[in-house]
Amino acid sequence: MEQILANGLYLGAQYALIALGLTLIFSLMNVLNFAHGQMYVFGGFVTYTVVAQWGLPFIVGLIASAVILAIMGALIEFLLFRPVIRKSKRDESTMLLAAGIAFFLDAVILLLFGEKQRGVPKIVNGIFNWDMRLIMPYDRILIGVLAIAMIAGFIALMQYTKAGRAMRALAQDRMAAQLMGVDVDRYSMIGFALGALLAGLVGGLLVTITGINLGMGGPTSVKAFIMIMIGGAGVISGAIAGGFILGMMESIGLTVLAVYGDITYLAIFASLMVFLALRPQGLMGKPWG
Amino acid sequence: MLRRTFMKTTALAAVASFAMIGTAFAENPILKIGFVGVTSGPAAAWGTSNQRSMETRAAWINETGGYDIGGTKYDIEIVSFDDQKDPKRAIAGMEQMAQAGIHYVVGPNVDDGAAAVRPVAEQNGIIYFPYAFPKELYTAPASNAVLGMIANYQSGPAIYKHLMENNGVKKVAFVAANESDPLSQRDGGVAAATALGLEVVSDSVTYQVDTTDFTPVLLPVVQAAPDLLVLSGVSPANAPQLIRSARELGYTGLISTETAQDAAVLQEGAGELANGFISVGGASTPELASDMMREFVDRYTKMFGEYNDESNTKVYALEYILATMAANPAAMTDVEAFKVTMDTFEAPNPFMVGDAKLKYVGTSSFGQKRQVSVPLVVNVFNNGAFETMFVAQVD
Repeated sequence: MEQILANGLYLGAQYALIALGLTLIFSLMNVLNFAHGQMYVFGGFVTYTVVAQWGLPFIVGLIASAVILAIMGALIEFLLFRPVIRKSKRDESTMLLAAGIAFFLDAVILLLFGEKQRGVPKIVNGIFNWDMRLIMPYDRILIGVLAIAMIAGFIALMQYTKAGRAMRALAQDRMAAQLMGVDVDRYSMIGFALGALLAGLVGGLLVTITGINLGMGGPTSVKAFIMIMIGGAGVISGAIAGGFILGMMESIGLTVLAVYGDITYLAIFASLMVFLALRPQGLMGKPWG
Repeated sequence: MLRRTFMKTTALAAVASFAMIGTAFAENPILKIGFVGVTSGPAAAWGTSNQRSMETRAAWINETGGYDIGGTKYDIEIVSFDDQKDPKRAIAGMEQMAQAGIHYVVGPNVDDGAAAVRPVAEQNGIIYFPYAFPKELYTAPASNAVLGMIANYQSGPAIYKHLMENNGVKKVAFVAANESDPLSQRDGGVAAATALGLEVVSDSVTYQVDTTDFTPVLLPVVQAAPDLLVLSGVSPANAPQLIRSARELGYTGLISTETAQDAAVLQEGAGELANGFISVGGASTPELASDMMREFVDRYTKMFGEYNDESNTKVYALEYILATMAANPAAMTDVEAFKVTMDTFEAPNPFMVGDAKLKYVGTSSFGQKRQVSVPLVVNVFNNGAFETMFVAQVD
């Protein structure tokens, strides 16, 4: 049981960090960013290039992933989403744009980084073993702690900084925030950049554990959408809750249901359908949006 | 006058140059050979090594004057299509080959893709060389598919038997991705292990290919304490993560797979934790390799910056296609002539030392000759490179 809980917490921390960026962008701009998984993959490849190819320290790779993805996010918002949102009132326009960006990023990743699975050496060696009841490699513990620290840092940023307050105001009521003097364009761009930065950071963190390859973008986006559906789209605390719930469900399912084959995600999807039928707005979302 | 003469001379020289260039380009007719396989995503290493092997060999042939078929030298052009491991795209790729008038295609790399393209290949007169194991593709009435490697039901029993005899393996566990290829390979492996008298302690654990943490997946398998953990049909992307998780959970037994792997990917993803990992390797060893194989490896490495051991097998398909056409030039456009030639075809194997032959095999497994003959090389990974564990032959 201890092992199941630890696996669930570790998975939950990384999932929550992935979902945070997605839900932030949705809450600020009402955009479902289908390219979130590709941004995660891009971040992983940047860290791989800096650490494994150039031989620089892991922290440099992580910072490079964060900076490059933040710039990419800001440019995508400024050059693509802003004009589309200005000209079109239909939600499908931004959804199609996001899907197009996902395909485009897939092609860019293939050209820049190739098609192979890549990984970087372990950043910490050794394994924590508590009497064979709980086994956890130190690098996973470190990545889990870093992910939780980043989530805490993100919450603090949203709670106690001027930019965070402005973004929360935007998320609550765009029109009212504008009337109160919030620069909507500026904070939309900052929000998108922050969402992309989070995706890049998770990619950079996880490349040390899972490695990275071109095909990981789509499934990552799907999992991120599951998390925000569970927690409630556009709600920060909901994304965190959704991440930890999915991580725990996956950990328990893979252990308890292992004898029946790979039915963990079948069970998760079935539960999600029932859950959404009863509570379509998710755990913490509001029925009115 | 002088000016006019100069212009005339220049124009004449230009026309003559173009004519010469045209003659040079038109020197050899082009023979197109197709490739439809996976070159992106988690299994990209499988298809990439196919495509790169074909491109390396084609460039080499073209550089040395072309391939002689029926007294005519042909330049070889490789037409490639990435099916992304998606059967629907594999069908589209094979249709594209048919539209281009191509009769010989290497690939696809996986079971469902190879099964999906069968009707297109049969309707359009295409012989294809899959790296996929379903027996019905190679057994009559099917006749257009030729297995390009050793199948898991041929290599698996050889590996288990070797490990039983040399390492005292008694208990075995199987883990597979929840996809058609790995699941069918797991079932084949379980049947082979049971037939050899091994105790199968776990065979129901499967995983999603996009799993990011294999610790919970492997926990029940490691708790079953097998002597040998078989990663059935594992893709090069998942292998290092699975090995790493198993070792981190304290598993100290043997780990093997019947699929080919990439040493660079294993080293990057699992490092020294992958030491001792057993996999089916490319069909060559330093002892078996001829000068031509060594030159192929050298050219491939120069062309693409790195070599994949699996290309020792993947180099063969194009060679078999061309050598069979050379044996019967009518096969260039008539695949029925190719099929007839396959039954008696035999040529020197340029990639192996000694008197090894290129010939079609598979009668024992499929009842007809629908498999290329390549040596079965089983490797063990150690410190970033593969070492030969043993070599065997399939008839």
